[in-house]
Amino acid sequence: MTVPFADIKVVDFSWVGVGPITARYLGDFGATVVRVESATRPETLRLTPPFAGEQPGLNRSGYFANYNCNKLGVTINLKHTLGPALARRLAAWADVAIESFTPGTMADLGLSYHELAQVNPGLIMLSTCNQGQTGPRASQPGFGTQLVSHAGFTWLTGWPDRTPTQPYAAYTDLIAPKLGAAAIAAALDYRRRSGRGQHLDLSQLEAGIQFLAAQVLDYTVNGRVAMRQGNRDDNWAPHGAYRCQGQDRFIALAVTCEPEWQALAQAVGEPWCDDARFQGAPGRLQHQDELDRLLEGWTSRWQAEELMLRLQHAGVPAGVVRSPEEIHSDPQLSHRGHFWYLQHPEIGRHAYDGPAFRLSRTPGDVRMPAPLLGQHNEQVFVGMLGLSDQEFVALLASGALE
Amino acid sequence: MSPDAPSPDRPEGMLSPFRALDLTDGAGALGGRVLADLGADVIKVEPAGGDSARGLGPFYQDQPHPERSLSWFALNANKRGITLELASGAGRALLLRLVERSDFVFESFPPGALAAWGLGFDRLRAVNPRLVLVSITPFGQTGPYAGYRATDIVAMALSGYMYLCGDADRPPVRISAPQAFLHAGADAAAAALIAHYERQSSGQGQWVDVSAQESLMGAMMNARPFWDLNQVNLQRSGPLRSGLANATHRRQTWPCREGSVAFAVTAGPTGARNMRGLLAWMAEEGAAPPALLHKDWDAFDMALAPQAEIDAIEDPVLAFFARHTPAELFHQALKRRVILYPVSTTADLLQDGQLAARAFWTRVEHPALGATLTYPGPFIRMSEATCGLRRPPPSIGQHNHEVYQGELGLSDAELRALAEAGVI
Repeated sequence: MTVPFADIKVVDFSWVGVGPITARYLGDFGATVVRVESATRPETLRLTPPFAGEQPGLNRSGYFANYNCNKLGVTINLKHTLGPALARRLAAWADVAIESFTPGTMADLGLSYHELAQVNPGLIMLSTCNQGQTGPRASQPGFGTQLVSHAGFTWLTGWPDRTPTQPYAAYTDLIAPKLGAAAIAAALDYRRRSGRGQHLDLSQLEAGIQFLAAQVLDYTVNGRVAMRQGNRDDNWAPHGAYRCQGQDRFIALAVTCEPEWQALAQAVGEPWCDDARFQGAPGRLQHQDELDRLLEGWTSRWQAEELMLRLQHAGVPAGVVRSPEEIHSDPQLSHRGHFWYLQHPEIGRHAYDGPAFRLSRTPGDVRMPAPLLGQHNEQVFVGMLGLSDQEFVALLASGALE
Repeated sequence: MSPDAPSPDRPEGMLSPFRALDLTDGAGALGGRVLADLGADVIKVEPAGGDSARGLGPFYQDQPHPERSLSWFALNANKRGITLELASGAGRALLLRLVERSDFVFESFPPGALAAWGLGFDRLRAVNPRLVLVSITPFGQTGPYAGYRATDIVAMALSGYMYLCGDADRPPVRISAPQAFLHAGADAAAAALIAHYERQSSGQGQWVDVSAQESLMGAMMNARPFWDLNQVNLQRSGPLRSGLANATHRRQTWPCREGSVAFAVTAGPTGARNMRGLLAWMAEEGAAPPALLHKDWDAFDMALAPQAEIDAIEDPVLAFFARHTPAELFHQALKRRVILYPVSTTADLLQDGQLAARAFWTRVEHPALGATLTYPGPFIRMSEATCGLRRPPPSIGQHNHEVYQGELGLSDAELRALAEAGVI
């Protein structure tokens, strides 16, 4: 069995979300990924909870760990006089470089694509930032936690009678890596055919807007500004999250066609299901306030899990609104082996998300827990880049690895 | 060098030598679209009456019609389109002939459906050992939920993301624009190209099994490991966010005059400059409390601050923002390098200066409608090739002649017979 990226070397200069998640796609399918960090200015996620045992520590964040497994960890102080030269050696060694600094930062360090391509013409470099490498706002610093609002998702999340509420965390940070990973894989294939490397410019805003393309067209064609609508849907009713027995328990449910409505009506078995107003999607959409109230009157007498089984058995799309706790014991995710439990030197045994897909011959895996800060300096700089022991000791003494 | 506009000496797209057949319905159609944007020849294969997802709105000029679905346009632009009834034996035989000439097949039927038609991976591989078959389903090909029905909201619920979204005093919400199968579709594209890269050296295709539920798992970000490491279920909290420090919450959506903005109070090595920038601006307008102006933002550790201290910072900021519109705040934030964005609508995005400067919006001519429609542009810019839209979405069966005659070499009579038999 071959591994797709067995021969691919990646240097990951990026930080926080998009870049590190993108690099994981390569690492999960066999690439050798070297994550470059600063010990002087530790990466934000190393400082962000959750921490093992609720004790903060640079090597204790589960947030950082989940995005950086399958990577070797090195430290370089790029502001040290010897830092950029070492980074350049890594870029010369690599097939793929990923960076997510504010545009201009890499150029200021002498590490622009143009300069790196001179030492490594076959290099594929992905630069990703909030708004792209060019344009008047290229150099505006930013994070996904705010960009998600500019990209249109916050306006579309919440209730129409209230102010919008941002979808949890840095939602656009989940979109850009999928598209970036696809582009890198295509660029690797293109390089194998043409011998040519290239620079990829992944704007997290432009990537995010791809996921609102239908809403964009509704505006550019029909002049309609899409609006948040709780859990309602333009095409289907009933459609929502309905209360079940217990504290804050909900089932999500959607009826997309008449057979599903009939299946739901049969499962409910109450007289209101026969109400002529609820036969056919137009009637249900028109009367959905009442429909939702009646339906919730029924769902609230059920345990969510039991109700999901019953409705799915009847042929109605339905699913429990799972908590983070429940996700860890979800029967489907367990069957899929979604979580990989690895022993981390400081965190202990903990769960990493595995790939979202299985390849039948080369399924992908999680082989290595996230690196400690600078854990693999000697292995990478001496073992892989070929620095002599003296050079490595001199670098250590110089502070360039801080 | 800037990876920007296309130029004549660059190939149309990196994947131009390759072909994909796209058998998906609404779920997963983005997968083929991504390959098409990267230059592949993607052929949408629809039943004789058209893909059922053509029935979903919004519609061009609000007229429901299978040739006017904007949600379908969005996912199927850049593809060619043919009709083919897989339920018929002649249709399946034609599909196998196309599979011989293709590099990828994308499909989103319920698990087992292709195999039941005699078109399972083993059969497809028998005619084309190099084939990458990509199956996109809500929960994957096997397991207790493999046969479950799921729409967007059901996948959002079972992935855990929905639990974290919305106001605390109301039910959890999904994003009011379907997302789950876009994640699955984008992951399907990445997975297909990973398998492709391997196939180009091994000569062997494989079967890619994408689960929308798993594609969404990453959206929980730190909330998922919060349970794993600390046995804490973070809760949805409307405009606030918990989980950035133990036991406190911070505001992330800020109401202001005529709208809202996104901002976060920050401190420490990566956050102090942001806060000082905001406070200097507040001070110019007499709105900065001395305690905040004199705070040592470099040393201040948000993770250790009690809620009262965070509130004492956020309250004057909230009052300051309330005096300004999102546009004013964004304009000043850009000048002062403060990390703040407006809560944008789709209308706001179309007015955005940065997107305009990068020529993001792409106008696509739709000859059948006699209109030119404005689409989101390329998802990435590449220095070696063009990514983006080259053709409008196909009408039903638009490329039947081109594909069946031009490429499979069927005669006029054969094509007519297939049409009469309802195969195409």
